[in-house]
Amino acid sequence: MSGKEYRTITDVKGPLVFLNKTEPVSYGEIVQLMLSDGSIKNGQVLDTSDDQVIVQVFEGTASVDRQTGVKFLGDVFKLPVSKGLIGRILDGAGRPRDGGPDIVADEMADIIGAAINPYSRQSPESFIQTGISAIDACTSLVRGQKLPIFSASGLPHNDIALQIARQAKLVGSDDDFVVVFCAMGITAEEYNFFVHDLERTGALENSALFVNLADDPAVERLITPRLALTAAEYLAFEHDYHVLVIYTDMTNYCESLRQIGAAREEVPGRRGYPGYMYTDLAMLYERAGLVKGKKGSITQFPILTMPGDDITHPIPDLSGYITEGQIVISRELHQKGIYPPINVLPSLSRLMNAGIGDGKTREDHKSVSDQLYAAYAQGRELRGLVAIVGEDALNERDLQLLKFADIFEDQFLRQSRDEDRSISEGTLDLAWNLLSNIDTKYLVRLDQKWIDKYHPTEKSSNEEE
Amino acid sequence: MSKENGVIYRISGPVVTAVGISPRMYEVVRVGDEGLMGEVIELHGDQSVIQVYEETSGIKPGEPVIRTGQTLSVQLGPGLLTQIYDGIQRPLPKLEETMGVFITRGVDADGLDLERKWEFNAVAKKGDEVSSGQVIGKVQETETIEHRVMVPPNVSGKVKSIKSGTFNITETVCVLDDGTEIAMMQEWPVRHPRPFVQKYAPDVPLITGQRILDFLFPLAKGGTAGIPGPFGSGKTVTQQQLAKWSDAQIVVYIGCGERGNEMTEVLDEFPHLIDPNTNKPLMNRTVMIANTSNMPVAAREASVYTGITIAEYFRDMGYNVALMADSTSRWAEAMREISSRLEEMPGEEGYPAYLSSRLAEFYERAGRVETLSGSDGSVSVIGAVSPPGGDISEPVSQGTLRIVKVFWGLDAGLARQRHFPAINWLNSYSLYPQALDQWYRDNIAPDFPEVRTEISTLLQIESELQEIVQLVGSDALPVDQQLTLEVARMIREFFLQQNAFHDVDTFSDLDLQYHMAKAILSFQEEAKKAIAGGAQLEDVVNVPARTDLMRGRFEKGYEDRISDLVSEMNKQIDASMEAN
Ligand SMILES: Nc1ncnc2c1ncn2[C@@H]1O[C@H](COP(=O)(O)OP(=O)(O)O)[C@@H](O)[C@H]1O
Ligand SMILES: [Mg+2]
Repeated sequence: MSGKEYRTITDVKGPLVFLNKTEPVSYGEIVQLMLSDGSIKNGQVLDTSDDQVIVQVFEGTASVDRQTGVKFLGDVFKLPVSKGLIGRILDGAGRPRDGGPDIVADEMADIIGAAINPYSRQSPESFIQTGISAIDACTSLVRGQKLPIFSASGLPHNDIALQIARQAKLVGSDDDFVVVFCAMGITAEEYNFFVHDLERTGALENSALFVNLADDPAVERLITPRLALTAAEYLAFEHDYHVLVIYTDMTNYCESLRQIGAAREEVPGRRGYPGYMYTDLAMLYERAGLVKGKKGSITQFPILTMPGDDITHPIPDLSGYITEGQIVISRELHQKGIYPPINVLPSLSRLMNAGIGDGKTREDHKSVSDQLYAAYAQGRELRGLVAIVGEDALNERDLQLLKFADIFEDQFLRQSRDEDRSISEGTLDLAWNLLSNIDTKYLVRLDQKWIDKYHPTEKSSNEEE
Repeated sequence: MSKENGVIYRISGPVVTAVGISPRMYEVVRVGDEGLMGEVIELHGDQSVIQVYEETSGIKPGEPVIRTGQTLSVQLGPGLLTQIYDGIQRPLPKLEETMGVFITRGVDADGLDLERKWEFNAVAKKGDEVSSGQVIGKVQETETIEHRVMVPPNVSGKVKSIKSGTFNITETVCVLDDGTEIAMMQEWPVRHPRPFVQKYAPDVPLITGQRILDFLFPLAKGGTAGIPGPFGSGKTVTQQQLAKWSDAQIVVYIGCGERGNEMTEVLDEFPHLIDPNTNKPLMNRTVMIANTSNMPVAAREASVYTGITIAEYFRDMGYNVALMADSTSRWAEAMREISSRLEEMPGEEGYPAYLSSRLAEFYERAGRVETLSGSDGSVSVIGAVSPPGGDISEPVSQGTLRIVKVFWGLDAGLARQRHFPAINWLNSYSLYPQALDQWYRDNIAPDFPEVRTEISTLLQIESELQEIVQLVGSDALPVDQQLTLEVARMIREFFLQQNAFHDVDTFSDLDLQYHMAKAILSFQEEAKKAIAGGAQLEDVVNVPARTDLMRGRFEKGYEDRISDLVSEMNKQIDASMEAN
């Protein structure tokens, strides 16, 4: 099947090449384009019929002409996978980028990835301690979750992602994570920042990197996360690894998707993005989780930058509809000098309830988290009111809540980049300390039994004095 | 079948065009060398356009396309309950057996187990005149649900023979005089509503145990509800709460284009949850359809039809069925995706022009009916809607709101404050209260509707007062208005908020809901008196017994203690007057 070369290109439009008079070509088949200068480009079939075949070219169509030779390789896109991927750096199309040898394949894996049978999944429920209070207390992460970071340009999402990668651990277990890192259109500077940090902490040799940078072909970005996730699935489900997949920046990925849609003159969905973007993103994000009968797991940390800081923009919006929560980075907190500037209010971990509580984190965790949310939300709202009417118009309850919002930001959210707080003594006890600034009668989210047991001044047996 | 040589002409994602066959619209065809299942959705000159229910990569023009003569149908009979299917009724456990944990393609699976034997108890007798829909026998399908075997549609006659005993679902259990053989299984094309005699106006509530729903915005059995809300506002949790606690006899839960783990959660939880109405595991009454976001979109499009057909089938047995579809927006998006591949003229936001008629047809399949056998059955439909950016001015929300009678509007702001269920009490509505009021008066309390009105009026007043508070602060309000704010706060924090993840709070029966609402009104009344008698608002609000009353709802046996707690609260409020 491989061999025949066609020179029947009729149209070239954006990243797409149209050709005719081919023998039957499969949908999704990979394609090579031989340019007159001897260089080679790669692509994939997007539409195929007796009359016409449409190919998307990963490296872009610059220099493609009607004489360009087109070869169909008779197969869909596959990645050579083996344990040898660990410790390697590959480019956005899966070729070595570190000067090392080709990956010796144990298996060739189809990068589209089949859907996990929902019946075969196992509920994620093992708490991962990140050492970051905002996350551990309020949007607790569990192994097998997909939890994106919703950020925006100029905010320290990379520091947070790296801090999580460094500190993430399962309390009471020494299973280690393998990191699969996937760069899509980020700058060389950002990339170096990641690599140096992984190097510094020795994590690099426990990582597999798939790298498409800002000056690499844009359409290739549509492949890169699929390669990374294919590698992750192989490591998790064939070799029992717990894999942490960090991919950044989903926004660049979606831009490439939009570019293809436009070139095909498809009817666009919202704000020019393709109507199938939800499904397309789901085919990445849903490749997280645990499955029955396999020891490994895939936990995903996609990073995306919200255009215009707008959480209703289709990229964060569709992501939030698929992922199991989101960690929202706030420009306002960042400008106040708070690191990590996580706004817990719009943040959410949907799998939190399964991962916390007695025997997992601590019995009072849920109560404390609900109370932190409620108090902080009200305190923040009161800031707006105070700006208009002044503090004098507030009653006692409101004054306490107002003050709490400040303390919460300053002492609970704020921590240093290498501060690794334990969930019980580090995070939850701190929360009780801060909440004790509010009269217990206003703490309606706290069960009385937890007040009796954990409140620093109202504990029934107050051991501290 | 006619000997036609269909071949693939074109493949574009889930849409394949074939030439050389002339099938009927909506006929099922087999596509490609692997025989993937597809359905004809457009005829265009000599081309037949097919949506394929499985991944199409690797398929090429020239591969065969074969007609089946069938339209997309489901198998109906014993074995539906406790099962989990994909969008085209393939049992997921069966797929796991044949393919492992990843869903590959080209595997067929019957919706029902054709081998399994069931104990069939005939209720019709030799010589009976029977017609379609009539119950001729019964099978104890699960611990709690009796499966009523019905004469298939378009069949009638005199019973020549019928036998009780152990049979699989394709064996003949009954023969009619004209020779027609009836087995326990029948099939039905999913895109056609099943027949019934007539629709009745719903007049019985579907009780859900969720206070804000039952008390303020009730759904009737056989009614329709829409739950729009941005991501993370509680659509899925609300749907799951209804699947768990509503007093339907059968639940059909459709995970349409949503998360895999949410289905796993239901699968893990339901076998252990006890149905308050039967004291048996909830799984016994549940059928699940899971076509998650990463599964083929064409099968997602079909999933809601598969689900509603199964729901109608149980309705026809005389059951009250509740169907949840999470999320109808993903279904609409599947339509959009297919439509755009067909290069149809798009309507608003790229959705096909027929979007709103499809939505209407779907919700029309809800209702309380007189079944063909003369019994009373219902299908209630609750659809989640996922509006982009949470803005419900978009076509799917609008198309839904034009049809459904109940609107539970989820609010991102409330969700952020962890006020759950995050249903906005100011813009949500139900058009059923009038029809249901008599039922409440007869079954719960004669003044139930008036209590509801008082509670919702207080919430309205609060929102008006809040506007003033935003300008001047609450201390500037006269004391009676400050009290109103406290009462409204109590409604919100004690009554409307309900924690789905708390063992006790997760469900309140309607009696308890009524008593909780009365407790709030009682507080208001006592507090007014006390303040008029010179008590301080601070003191009245902070009587310890009120906190006990409010926190008490998290403890078992609350329904037995609530009236004592209220008396104690009232006593302490009275006392606060004397203290001054
Ligand atoms: N009734 C409820 N009680 C407690 N928590 C809730 C409730 N409803 C929603 N939540 C919380 O909100 C989160 C998101 O709810 P979910 O139903 O998954 O949202 P959606 O389906 O609208 O995206 C849940 O994970 C849970 O933490
Ligand atoms: Mg949901």
